[in-house]
Amino acid sequence: MSLALSTDSLVKTYSNKLEALKGINLKVEEGDFFALLGSNGAGKTTAIGIIAGLLKRTSGEVIINGLNQKNHSHEVKKMIGLMPQEFNFNPHEPNIEILINQAGYFGIPRKEAKTQAETLLKKMELWDRRFDVAQSLSGGMKRRLMLARALMHKPKILILDEPTAGVDVEIRQSMWHYLRQLNNDGMTIVLTTHYLEEAESLCRNIAILSHGVLVEQSNMKKLLAKAKRQVIIIDTIEKITGKIEIQNCDCKVLEENTLQVSQGEEISISDVVSALSDQNINVSHIRSSQNRLESLFLSLTS
Amino acid sequence: MWIAYKTIVIKEILRFARIWVQTIVPPVITTSLYLLIFGGLMGGRIGQMQGIDYINFIVPGIILMTVIMQSYANTVSSFFMTKYNNSFEELLVSTTPNWIILLGFVSGGIARGFCVGLAVTLTISFFVEIKIFSLLIIAATFLLTSIMFALAGFINAVFARTFDDISIIPNFVLLPLTYLGGMFYSIDILPSFWRGLSAFNPIYYMMDAFRLGFLGIGTVELWKAFLVPFSMIIVLAIIANTLLNRGVSIKTE
Repeated sequence: MSLALSTDSLVKTYSNKLEALKGINLKVEEGDFFALLGSNGAGKTTAIGIIAGLLKRTSGEVIINGLNQKNHSHEVKKMIGLMPQEFNFNPHEPNIEILINQAGYFGIPRKEAKTQAETLLKKMELWDRRFDVAQSLSGGMKRRLMLARALMHKPKILILDEPTAGVDVEIRQSMWHYLRQLNNDGMTIVLTTHYLEEAESLCRNIAILSHGVLVEQSNMKKLLAKAKRQVIIIDTIEKITGKIEIQNCDCKVLEENTLQVSQGEEISISDVVSALSDQNINVSHIRSSQNRLESLFLSLTS
Repeated sequence: MWIAYKTIVIKEILRFARIWVQTIVPPVITTSLYLLIFGGLMGGRIGQMQGIDYINFIVPGIILMTVIMQSYANTVSSFFMTKYNNSFEELLVSTTPNWIILLGFVSGGIARGFCVGLAVTLTISFFVEIKIFSLLIIAATFLLTSIMFALAGFINAVFARTFDDISIIPNFVLLPLTYLGGMFYSIDILPSFWRGLSAFNPIYYMMDAFRLGFLGIGTVELWKAFLVPFSMIIVLAIIANTLLNRGVSIKTE
């Protein structure tokens, strides 16, 4: 599989001497749904800013579909659609104008841009608000507007910086569905998010940034396999009166009907349920206490 | 590139047209007051200037002052606002070359200078019969003036960090230079020292050429009057384009 996006020893040192990126080598395959994770200040937005052409790099290279960004800026920009973290449109401009203008900046004729804007606004459920000014939209609507704007020139690579921040559950689910659809249609998507379950659910490959350094870059499944322990919460039908012991697990009684179990990697959930059943405790409900990616993320970035 | 240019220009025109109460009405009111006070009330006592009735003498100056202020105001406020609300990033991520961005914003400034200048001229025509000596000279002077001040406004916006920064130059530099550039008087009536000093005021040359276009009277040779703003346009355009290419105050260092 060829690479859609790669960086070679990418360094960014701000004028205040802050080293935001310390030579990262990122590799995103064509057609991938890629998660770029990191805690606040890890360098995610800086990396995205450089790739999208918003920031100057200090050194290193950015290669998009085999083209060096430095020498092929025009072609590279055509291939990238960016949905930034911060709202960055004129709040006094009508929504449809924001989209049509963005297409115009990419050289798309107004007639064609109008059709594309209509399709995207309908897809984002913003068509009824097309003549309203952007500042009248809710936070979630503004995010959807920015997603629509990023797609106006039909990019090959879509970069999403915290796309679902402040978006309600229902809309988030529909955005996920739409993003999956775009990815299935062949679009490479790079996603940064603080919702780790979002990354786990959507992405196939992942990179984790910590203090400007890439601490992990691998396949999501492989990475999750590294998470040796999983913590689950078990609600029981019977009251738990004594100490619970399960081989290779750490058990902690939280309430009289609730148990926290930290599973060893060789123990399955059914082993835990059977072990409890042997102790005359029947399980009514099981849920994950912390998602596996979250615990792994914390161990890698702490 | 043509589509990107057209997009920026249409956006700029719609922007100032949407807020016409702020952009078009105030200059029209100010102009009417100038004519009423300086032309109507005081003009009769002043009599003639360079052989022309005073009220007619000040008309080209008033129109040109409007063009200067409006061309400048459009680029300085529009470009500063795109920095302020980060919407300039829409252009940065796009394939639009920097020189097209500059050309688009400058054309927006020219368009506002033209629209408001025309509105002011029409208003004046209710008070005074407007004479036209050469439409070509008027058009050329208008174009050179509006391009020059739109470029200056753009550079001001690049460096501006606060709203105060975009009002300092118009209030403390442009307005005094316009008044001292012979808007209300002929340079000939000044003592020789001040007349010499006026030669360093670029607005003086534009004012003189504009007056020549309307009234057929001038104190400077026309080629000289055109050469000054033309040279300044070249210098300002190079500065503005270099600032954009270097990403000054647009791309974080």
